[in-house]
Amino acid sequence: MRHIISLLMENESGALSRVSGLFSARGYNIESLTVAPTEDDTLSRMTIVTTGSDEIIEQIIKQLNKLVDVVRVLDLNDGRHIERELMLVKVKATEKYRDEMKRISDIFRGRIIDVSDNTFTIELTGSASKLDAYLDSLDKESIIETVRTGASGIGRGDRILKV
Amino acid sequence: MKSEIITGAEIVIRSLQEENVEFVFGYPGGAVLNIYDAIFNQKKFKHVLVRHEQAAVHAADAYSRATGRVGVALVTSGPGATNAVTGIATAHMDSIPMVIISGQVPTHAIGQDAFQECDTVGITRPCVKHNFLVKDINKIASTIKKAFYIASTGRPGPVLVDIPKDITAESAEFSYPKEVSMRSYSPVTKGHQGQINKAIDLLLKAKRPVVYSGGGVVLGDAAQSLFKLVTELNFPITSTLMGLGGFPASNKQFLGMLGMHGTYQANMAMQECDVLLAVGARFDDRVIGNPDNFLSKPRKIIHIDIDPSSISKRVQIDVPIVGDVKSVLDDLSGALKSQQNNYDAKLIKPWLDQIQDWVSKDCLAFKDDTKVIKPQKVIQTLHKVTQGDAFITSDVGQHQMWAAQFYPFDKPRRWINSGGLGTMGVGLPYAMGCQLAFPDAQVACITGEASIQMCIQELSTCKQFHLPIKIVNLNNRYMGMVRQWQEFFYGNRYAESYMDALPDFVKLAESYGHVGFKIENPRDIESVLKEAFSPKLKERLVFLDFITDQTENVFPMVPNGKGLSEMILAEDL
Repeated sequence: MRHIISLLMENESGALSRVSGLFSARGYNIESLTVAPTEDDTLSRMTIVTTGSDEIIEQIIKQLNKLVDVVRVLDLNDGRHIERELMLVKVKATEKYRDEMKRISDIFRGRIIDVSDNTFTIELTGSASKLDAYLDSLDKESIIETVRTGASGIGRGDRILKV
Repeated sequence: MKSEIITGAEIVIRSLQEENVEFVFGYPGGAVLNIYDAIFNQKKFKHVLVRHEQAAVHAADAYSRATGRVGVALVTSGPGATNAVTGIATAHMDSIPMVIISGQVPTHAIGQDAFQECDTVGITRPCVKHNFLVKDINKIASTIKKAFYIASTGRPGPVLVDIPKDITAESAEFSYPKEVSMRSYSPVTKGHQGQINKAIDLLLKAKRPVVYSGGGVVLGDAAQSLFKLVTELNFPITSTLMGLGGFPASNKQFLGMLGMHGTYQANMAMQECDVLLAVGARFDDRVIGNPDNFLSKPRKIIHIDIDPSSISKRVQIDVPIVGDVKSVLDDLSGALKSQQNNYDAKLIKPWLDQIQDWVSKDCLAFKDDTKVIKPQKVIQTLHKVTQGDAFITSDVGQHQMWAAQFYPFDKPRRWINSGGLGTMGVGLPYAMGCQLAFPDAQVACITGEASIQMCIQELSTCKQFHLPIKIVNLNNRYMGMVRQWQEFFYGNRYAESYMDALPDFVKLAESYGHVGFKIENPRDIESVLKEAFSPKLKERLVFLDFITDQTENVFPMVPNGKGLSEMILAEDL
């Protein structure tokens, strides 16, 4: 099953490689991994999207907790949560495609953030599955380039990951 | 307090002194010259110059295994650090508390492919508990303090501190922190009382109980606590390779080692039990064999371990108790006391009878010979001659398993070997670490002609530091365990496992200034061992080259991927 794991770790050089090294050394999957400092600049927050059986996810959480630099770990899937990912897509917007691209982008609440004679660049935010659905709805021929940030997640209501 | 301005190198040395370090095992080089210069001017700890950095780490590791204190090694950048990696990985797999200090090229040269530069923190990351690159002289002392704290608390392990050369030349104020507080690191020590009560319930209801104890008992100095609980319960107990000595082998409740080369009774009891109490052990592949086969028998498992990630890693656990093994065992004994009325000794009587049946199979029996030396016989005789009271180090292979089977240990921290990583070459440097820690103790290194050659250069270190180690070389002219697998599983095709062009070990030992004996006749085993341990040779390293039976195999054996009850016994062949 797909899990979103959030963690807070000391904002030290090499911290990211401790986490990515753990995943590769133990053969765990990483679907995506994002990291950035938090409002407290001594801490980084990381969101890892991974897949595995319940036993594997349990081991991943334990192994992450064992890393000396890791302060807190939370499996967002243990409760209600929100997931968002940002994607930028450059598509063909020649005469033939131009109106359709605008229309599909509107349906998915995308924003056109760059325009050229032949292309649109669209900014889209949502869950990973929404972004997938958007790409599926486009003619494959029309996609020139995509870039995705990987998911960020946060618990709903009182579910808080903080030191 | 008066503040002192000293160099970074002096800060390193003073920090080690503050930690009451007794020995630093090391090898100098460019990036650590400032630190060595500071060592030159101090007398508080002794520096032990090895002949290869790998041996420095192994010796510091053994010092830790034998004493329970943090071992310290010091190496230079680049090749110094990469040579240390095997030693660090060995210590990491067996959870040995160590601090390794490595020199690094100057901060401005990092990343420039400088002479003797390597990414030491990157290379060692997967095989340390934690590591640091210190880029600020003001952080040297606090980092070393943290390193000792992390290495020795929780599940112990090696911690590396990488220090660039320019930092050691600068000057700064020195003050050594008294305490460490890290928000990201606070190991649990006390077991959960609710879990302890659940465990007691299971233990009291057990009809076929077994205790399975591991290296955690030795590392956690919990042997006495284990003895109290297990003797009170009168349960049978087995031990992993790493746990030997954690419970006295001469006690009648002890079933011997379990696992790939464990005893018949230990493996059968492990497989057939209804309640298993695992203490500081990790259910690894050499211990339980194929996990699916192990799980084919229903049983309840209680698992005590300091490391939460050890719980349910390979086998699902019914009652996990995370905590310091000693503290949890004491709590269990306490809880048992209040439940004594519910203890029925008769409940396990049929089980103990069953186990006696298994014991009577005498699975370790071997056919002695009057013409050719049997390796098992050498170890039995060594046990007799040393009255079972020596520090025994071993290398890796058949001789290691025979040592574990035929030298019963009654005390913890006497059996020093590489269990997890299985590093050939550790035996001699391990013996150095033990002998330095206990200068008056009997220290024997049980090895083979293949393993001993992997760190043979340390015979020189032994001479320099007058280490009277007795090397028991079981010389069968084969990498014995490789040969055994090739015989069993590769149709007798002995690919590259024959040790050709062996040196004359007696002359080799003599050339290093030691004493050497070659023993070919089984009649001479005891007399030569007695001579080696006699007052006459008390001060000398003695290399005993026993020419042994080439075809002897280690039994019982659970073939790789098979279940514990699918052992091959000597009598089957």
